[in-house]
Amino acid sequence: MLVSETEPGAAVELSALDIVLWGVLPYVMVVVLIGGLIWRYRYDQFGWTTRSSQLYESRLLRIASPLFHFGLLAVIAGHFFGLVIPMAWTQAVGMSQDFYHFNALFVGGIAGVGTLGGILLLIYRRRTTGPVFMATTRNDKTMYVVLTAAIVFGLWTTLASVFEGGHGHNYRETVAPWFRSLFVFQPDLAAMAAAPFSFHLHTLVGMALFMIWPFTRLVHAFTAPFHYLFRPYIVYRSRDRDRGGSKAGAPAPRRAANVAARRGWSAVGTRDRDTRNR
Amino acid sequence: MRVMAQMGMVMNLDKCIGCHTCSVTCKQAWTNRAGTEYVWFNNVETRPGQGYPRRYEDQDKWQGGWVLNKRGKLVLKAGGRVKKLFGIFASPVQPELKDYYEPWTYDYKTLVDAPLGDDFPVARPKSLITGKDTKITWSANWDDDLGGSTEHGHLDPIVEKVRRESEDKIKFAYEQTFMFYLPRICEHCLNPSCMASCPSGAIYKRVEDGIVLVDQDKCRGWRQCVTGCPYKKIYFNHKTGKAEKCTFCYPRVEVGLPTVCSETCVGRLRYLGLFLYDADAVTAAASVTDPRELYDAQMDVLLDPNDPAVQAEARAQGIPADWIDAARRSPVYALAKVYKVALPLHPEYRTMPMVWYVPPLSPVVDLLRDQGHDGEDSGNLFGAIDALRIPVEYLAELFTAGDADRVTAVLKKLAAMRSFMRGISLGNDPDDSIPESVGMDSQTMYEMYRLMAIAKYEERYVIPKAHVEQAHDLEEMGCSLDFEGGPGMQDSAPFGEASGRPVPVAVETFNALRDRQTSDAAPGETTLRGRVNLLNWDGTGAPAGLFPEKAAFPEKALLPEKRPAPSGRGTPAEGERL
Repeated sequence: MLVSETEPGAAVELSALDIVLWGVLPYVMVVVLIGGLIWRYRYDQFGWTTRSSQLYESRLLRIASPLFHFGLLAVIAGHFFGLVIPMAWTQAVGMSQDFYHFNALFVGGIAGVGTLGGILLLIYRRRTTGPVFMATTRNDKTMYVVLTAAIVFGLWTTLASVFEGGHGHNYRETVAPWFRSLFVFQPDLAAMAAAPFSFHLHTLVGMALFMIWPFTRLVHAFTAPFHYLFRPYIVYRSRDRDRGGSKAGAPAPRRAANVAARRGWSAVGTRDRDTRNR
Repeated sequence: MRVMAQMGMVMNLDKCIGCHTCSVTCKQAWTNRAGTEYVWFNNVETRPGQGYPRRYEDQDKWQGGWVLNKRGKLVLKAGGRVKKLFGIFASPVQPELKDYYEPWTYDYKTLVDAPLGDDFPVARPKSLITGKDTKITWSANWDDDLGGSTEHGHLDPIVEKVRRESEDKIKFAYEQTFMFYLPRICEHCLNPSCMASCPSGAIYKRVEDGIVLVDQDKCRGWRQCVTGCPYKKIYFNHKTGKAEKCTFCYPRVEVGLPTVCSETCVGRLRYLGLFLYDADAVTAAASVTDPRELYDAQMDVLLDPNDPAVQAEARAQGIPADWIDAARRSPVYALAKVYKVALPLHPEYRTMPMVWYVPPLSPVVDLLRDQGHDGEDSGNLFGAIDALRIPVEYLAELFTAGDADRVTAVLKKLAAMRSFMRGISLGNDPDDSIPESVGMDSQTMYEMYRLMAIAKYEERYVIPKAHVEQAHDLEEMGCSLDFEGGPGMQDSAPFGEASGRPVPVAVETFNALRDRQTSDAAPGETTLRGRVNLLNWDGTGAPAGLFPEKAAFPEKALLPEKRPAPSGRGTPAEGERL
């Protein structure tokens, strides 16, 4: 597949804005996302929660929340297929462009509509249920605006290509190569610059979402409890912090060395007088 | 055999007067914060009654605890790991606030601020959730003292079950025949289903004393533990988004003090002490096929602390000598396994609960007395226990998975103790036939009487302290120094309220606590030292210290130096009298 020869963006002239948006901003976003997550994980374990409001209202949540979350999982899978897997690979296994396109629109459309319907229902619930709205912070509201915008613009790119039919824009020749090129630090700016405005907008809002991610309640996604599938049911832990978390299994012997293991606590002068004499 | 120590509690239900002091002091100590308004780590239920949250014992609905699957393997009733993860986006079985109650306060300010008018100002109830006017329809003890039992009594899941099994022979008469109080805290189970339900692994059992705690840093608010606990003793703090539960007052227990609920219990009905148990045997014991054998299986897990082999193994596992000694003197072990009068609450949930109950004999005694019989005669009592099938069956559903014989045996022991000791109190020779009729000897029965009726403080609470080599951690010095922002983080944290580091629990150190508890004066009130306690003063004479020393109030100093006489009446003589 000679992507570079037929690349639609080959003739596009790059502006300074293109360089900043598609060459610099993605890396800034990654730094903010990862740095923010590390910072928050270290300093705000107590605030790292789903902040569930099911206690206040359950009827709508029971429909809207799974709709949104499962829709979102499908959307993420769709993004993986569209952005990470090169067009050459799907063609190599005999998947025609039309077939791929139909699948992307059909499955992607359902997932997108489900996600959007879910979040709209969640926002409606949040606004109309008194206690839930009272528990909504300004931080939450900002997050909802960005999240909804990302979903709406994403759905727009999908639906737009439906109305344009088979002649719609093939993002697998613009956005996807640019996305993959970011990982090898050779951003293909021209490819991205050639993509239509709707894709630009969706990408920018998406980057904004990832940048605010560590500072909102969305962080709970990064502690999705997959290890629940593998951990023992009963968890034993010592109150003696020196021993760390001896989870399950035989307890470690008592009277471990009395050295404080916690961050930020100097061991100097903390030795107990009585332990020296034993 | 893996010997582990477990703090346990026994409550003697005969002594509970339903005063709710335990609930109130517990709430003041632990859950008087925003987000925990509806949370009662300790609550007192009137039985028969729905309990708190309402009908929590209906596991067909709430899906708490463990069950055996077709292959006889222990599984969570609410489903396995994969099912739980798929249901994580909206917890499928979750009590809502209406199943607890909507907490409220009153608009007291109106009482003071209302303008003059024809009507008396009223303090309206305001919801603590929405802040708006609310109508109070339920609370944590709404059906206290059988309040509204004709309306609500049949809603008790246990009543439903007993009725179903006895083919509707029970009529509404039961409401008048018996009633008792059931104080409940977290059971600190050996096989906790809340812990097994936690996707984050944030709930843990402490190796040293078996207290079950929620790591507030690791909890992510998935709320599966609320579903998992059949006793519904894990609560969701709706402000912090974290699960919270009874802590067995671990900061107090670690320094040898009883829990707040025990310490403040007016009826002195709670006992605290250690169990030694075989951690390797727990799963097998909880997997016994017949639910009625779970009690025996649980008893087998508890090890005899006087057995030299157990002691040797305990030492090998690193349990300190003073802890082993405390286990030997443990009142909870004595009541549960030696005298066998304490029973676990709902063993059929297969969680191996470690808070035990001495079932109440008082409904039987009261009934006998009301009918004009001698309520302390062993023959009368034994007959009544056998005849009063309904209370016994009800108790059996609570404590022995429906095995009425077991409850009868316990009640007969209590009845025997009552009439045996009455004989002694009346100056008769001890009637050894009474203890023998319930399979005990006189000496053991007398010891049981000492523990249950005299119930000295030191015998009720045998709490080994955590060791001095861990003292620094217990005072949370390490913790108090390394959290950013300090205690005022609730409002100032960047991610809304309750983000940031939690305030350490034991802000008060052991020494400060001891000083405060052993001093006569209120904290900081050193100037009051040496004053007479008026409660001890019989009114004769004026003991030293009754009045403040004169030197402390120089009379002249009270008067302005040169006060102009207002109207010529302010003579120096008047001033002197002041």
